[in-house]
Amino acid sequence: MIAVVDVIPLSWLLILAGALFCIGLFGALARRNVVAMLMGVELMLNAANINLVAFWRYLEPSLITGQVFALFIITVAAAEAAVGLAMAIAIYRTRATVLADEVNALKG
Amino acid sequence: METVVTIVFLIIAALMLFSGVMVVAVKNIIHSALWLISTFFMVGALYLLLEAEFLAVVQVLIYVGAVSILMLFAIMLTRHVMASRPEQAFYRRWYLALGVCLLLFGAAIVPTLLAQQPGFAQATETAQQALGSPERIAGVFSLGVAYVSQYLIPFQIAGLLLLVALIGAIVIAFEERSRRRRILTLAQEHELRRRQAQPLPPAEPVVMAEESNP
Repeated sequence: MIAVVDVIPLSWLLILAGALFCIGLFGALARRNVVAMLMGVELMLNAANINLVAFWRYLEPSLITGQVFALFIITVAAAEAAVGLAMAIAIYRTRATVLADEVNALKG
Repeated sequence: METVVTIVFLIIAALMLFSGVMVVAVKNIIHSALWLISTFFMVGALYLLLEAEFLAVVQVLIYVGAVSILMLFAIMLTRHVMASRPEQAFYRRWYLALGVCLLLFGAAIVPTLLAQQPGFAQATETAQQALGSPERIAGVFSLGVAYVSQYLIPFQIAGLLLLVALIGAIVIAFEERSRRRRILTLAQEHELRRRQAQPLPPAEPVVMAEESNP
């Protein structure tokens, strides 16, 4: 059986994760909608996870640490999505907008 | 066989990057949420290719099953405003963000990785030699053991974080009964929107935030 480690160099995976991170960064910087910005953040977190899993598989596959860290990142991403989307809904209720640049005052 | 693995990897990578680009490029935000689901699936497929089966399942369960659905709910609960002004999806100077991202990728990430490539190859080879037989790849059993021994306290703290996020999300999104709007049926809402849309001229000029704030 052929493992992916023998065929694909580690740097390909890291470049793929870097590209996904940059796409997510563009989404977080350029979109006006708060929900779309959160989508960009999710893409960036996924890119970090790809890096962790790739380093785990290529460098320390007998230890579990890489997967543990990836699972923690998934946990944090889920918490962040829940709180962020609740904030988007709360902002929409009080200000009737979900555009980040129209919410420029903390006082409701 | 080796070319098959390479082709599978390249297909997964191409689909992942294509749907990632569509997530940030599509103006309709529902479509971008659907492209996000496709990206998450491709990341899960990559985990399967890297022999992290449990993570692949968790990726599909958490991201595809929970996070994307949450996003779709949030979009649909906040959609009235966006539906009437779909051309404002990006900031006016979005090309600056594009330049920053392309610069980060082309000038920082790729040169650094290419410079480190021989070191990566050597480290991978050393790890493979130390590993010996392929059965010694850590699986879901050692993951479970690690969570109740070595990573017990981080595991508990992650649980606490989830609880705090749950309560926080409820508190933030909670609406008191006296303030709650009446929930309209789809027909009533359509009627309301039609009545709201009539007095306005059909092609309303886009008012940017910088211009409306002198």
